[in-house]
Amino acid sequence: MEPTLSPAGYAALTILLLPLAAAVVALACPCRDPERTANRSIGAIALGFILSLGLFFFAGDKAIETNFNWLSVGDLKVSFGLLLDPLSKLMLLVVTGVGLMIHIYSRGYLHGDRSYSRYFASLSLFTFSMLGIVLANNLFMMFVFWELVGVSSYLLIGFWFEKNSAADAAKKAFLTNRVGDFGFILGIILTWAALGSVNFTELASAVELGGRLADKAAGFSVLAEPLGKIFQSTNWWLVHPNVLVTLVGLLLFMGAMGKSAQFPLHVWLPDAMEGPTPVSALIHAATMVAAGVFMLCRIFFLLDIPGSHALEFIAWIGGFTALLAALMALQQNDIKRILAYSTLSQLGYMVMAVGLHSPQSAMFHLTTHAAFKALLFLGAGSVILACHHEQNIWKMGGLRDAMPRTWWTFRWGTLALCGVWPFAGFFSKDAILAAALDPAHRNIPLFVLGVFVAGLTTFYMSRLVLVAFCGNARSEEASHAHESPGVMTWPLVVLAVPTLLAGAVGIDAYLAKALPSEHAPHNEGFLNNLFAPFNHNILAAGFGLLAVVAGYKLARALYTNAGRDPLPDKLGVLAKMARDRFYFDELYEWFISVTQETLAKVADWFDRWIIAGLLVRGTHGTTELFGRALRLVQTGSLQTYAFLFAAGVVLVLAWQLLLQSPAH
Amino acid sequence: MNVGLEHYLTVSAMLFCLGLLGVILRRNVLVIYMSLELMLNAANLALVAFSRFNENLTGQMMVFFIITVAAAEVAVGLALIVALYRKRQSAHVEDLTSLKL
Amino acid sequence: MVLPDILFYLFAFLTLLFGALVVANPFSRNPVTSAMFLVLTICAMAGLFVLLNAFFLAAVQILVYAGAVMVLFLFVIMLLDLKEEQRRKINLFGIVTGTGAVMGLGFLLTKTIWGGDLNQSANPRVIGDTKALGLELFTKGQFLLPFEIVSVLLLVAMVGVILLSKKELK
Repeated sequence: MEPTLSPAGYAALTILLLPLAAAVVALACPCRDPERTANRSIGAIALGFILSLGLFFFAGDKAIETNFNWLSVGDLKVSFGLLLDPLSKLMLLVVTGVGLMIHIYSRGYLHGDRSYSRYFASLSLFTFSMLGIVLANNLFMMFVFWELVGVSSYLLIGFWFEKNSAADAAKKAFLTNRVGDFGFILGIILTWAALGSVNFTELASAVELGGRLADKAAGFSVLAEPLGKIFQSTNWWLVHPNVLVTLVGLLLFMGAMGKSAQFPLHVWLPDAMEGPTPVSALIHAATMVAAGVFMLCRIFFLLDIPGSHALEFIAWIGGFTALLAALMALQQNDIKRILAYSTLSQLGYMVMAVGLHSPQSAMFHLTTHAAFKALLFLGAGSVILACHHEQNIWKMGGLRDAMPRTWWTFRWGTLALCGVWPFAGFFSKDAILAAALDPAHRNIPLFVLGVFVAGLTTFYMSRLVLVAFCGNARSEEASHAHESPGVMTWPLVVLAVPTLLAGAVGIDAYLAKALPSEHAPHNEGFLNNLFAPFNHNILAAGFGLLAVVAGYKLARALYTNAGRDPLPDKLGVLAKMARDRFYFDELYEWFISVTQETLAKVADWFDRWIIAGLLVRGTHGTTELFGRALRLVQTGSLQTYAFLFAAGVVLVLAWQLLLQSPAH
Repeated sequence: MNVGLEHYLTVSAMLFCLGLLGVILRRNVLVIYMSLELMLNAANLALVAFSRFNENLTGQMMVFFIITVAAAEVAVGLALIVALYRKRQSAHVEDLTSLKL
Repeated sequence: MVLPDILFYLFAFLTLLFGALVVANPFSRNPVTSAMFLVLTICAMAGLFVLLNAFFLAAVQILVYAGAVMVLFLFVIMLLDLKEEQRRKINLFGIVTGTGAVMGLGFLLTKTIWGGDLNQSANPRVIGDTKALGLELFTKGQFLLPFEIVSVLLLVAMVGVILLSKKELK
């Protein structure tokens, strides 16, 4: 495609490249005044936000694509291109909007830090990478930016790298991500091999072409032939094209597993809280971890091919992650850890939604979650700073009166997270629960699980709020806490707006233009949207609210004015297991160390016996042996030499005269 | 039986082998040298036999030269042996070896 | 049996006998004995030469070989005052392998000689008298140059001998 750039294309390119420019300038010429770096980064993303708003409202609903040919190797043509459809435009808004709030907040939070410019450079680099994922028009480019996001995450988690725990956490995040990315790239290669392209629009049309054929699964039996050529046995691929389809879906999902921290690659997200709180808000709540879900929605047409079982698997993984994370959150005492596990749980919800054939509800929840989770994290940051870097909730308390603005925004965020009407979270969570009850793909067990996790969510969030904010101050610092400066609290207020209102503005209707589904929701206006969930599916809405009420009542009973946590006494071993995160980290560590030890032992044996023993010493010994044997020929004795002459002559003559005489 | 070329050649071959045996088996340097002369003589005999039975005078010419050169060679060789004897004080071949095994 | 044949067998036997005695004398290990027997071998060979019609060479053989070369040998033996060769350790392995090799060689040569076509003329003219030899050496053939060179060679040999047998000058 010719690189013809429409105005929209130019706008998108600007949005993408501004943060990169800010990062490069920050790294290339560190000024004496670190405030300038901060301002530059904030300016870049603010401009990006304004342009995103412009694109959102004025660029129309059709997909706009721009393409630059980057490299062509044989049949593989990789281009660098930008795709602007409703999905990416919405995501642009989320990323730049939430990102802008967090940039402003960071200015206050990290004030006086020694590596101020490095922080903003890394933050801008992250923004650039995330926008690259959002705007990418092909899988390969998305993968490049995927990795870039991983690198930025590493830089930001390990920002205070002087602390060993931070450096270790950064490594853990990166390595776990890599495991997921391994599956991701295998999936990309498989897709390319099967369908001949990695571009999203081309892939979509290829799949649709296959779908129009009589045999619905033939869209992917198109795969079977080229793959058969690759693997030189067409037999079992042809017999089970479903296997192939499922495999591609699962491999691509592995990327999402790593990035969005699904079970079993969930272990890095809680540790990632070692980074500064704004980083946790931006990367590990609102945007980076959502990239996995975004990717799943982008390639949803690949997952949705009839005959593929990938979506069932995905749904169960998502549901299981949600449950597991919620259980672990019940017993955590670090405010950021609780929020991290809550993020994990909500991500599980989103993935589950994708698995329930409802990507638009997944994206809806992603959008609302970005807003209120960022809000919660930033509020937690505010609280942490006020209590002089204290993160244990049992050492807080009574902050309700001390920090009013933080208090009400945090409360709103909690209500949204729990899914209380009319906050945004209610609508998105309801959409997911409704998807579970959707007659086309009904999944009652997952519905029950979803409701149960909603209850657990309310329980632990109420626990957090009751212990940290309500009651009396439990420690010295808490009693001296006071409200944070304006630069930190105003972003909270700004974020509180979408937390309340985003539910009813019709995001899912907007998304349905990009992600078509059977029951497309439509935008009926703000007031109608407020009550729409009750009209569409009263069961989902009803059970959801019921779970909220139950959770809240239970938490209130246990935690109002509690001096210490009463659950460990009641639940004993279970509570301990929850607090110790069900020993997953220990399991992985054991597994890795065992594998590594075995491999090391094998390598050692090989090195010691084969290489050093057989090859090196063997060569040496053999040469020495030969040398010694040959040395004996040189006796210095005349007669020996004479004898050898004679013997040689005899041999040559024998050969010439006897053996060749027939030829003569 | 008519004595032909083969008979003379057989004698020559036998003589040659005797000489070779002497070179390999005897330990006295001078005896070894003498066996060498024996081998030369065997060659001479073969050449003359060929010359006679192939009507070619070149064989005898060769023998002429061989005898001359053999004389010169003996002279030089014996001078060497004398010099060697002066060094090693022995005419035994094993004493002349200085290469250690 | 014609007389030349009888003579051939006689001289051949003598040659081989004396040759064997040069190499392996069971009675004495004195090198002088070996030298004496070598002289006798040369004389017997001269007889064979005569039978082969090479009269001049027979004479030269006796004159030069037996007369000069062997005398030189004896001179050196006397000069070095070599006694009987002392018996040293007999290397049986060496003896066996050496004898084996030599016998192998002998077998091979004999087999070849008696094996087939030796490319000889059917009825050879008998040639080889002195006059023909002289003509061949000096006029016909290409032996004049080698003849001159051989004389130089003798000179060289003389010089070499003198040099080699010089005593070390202090």
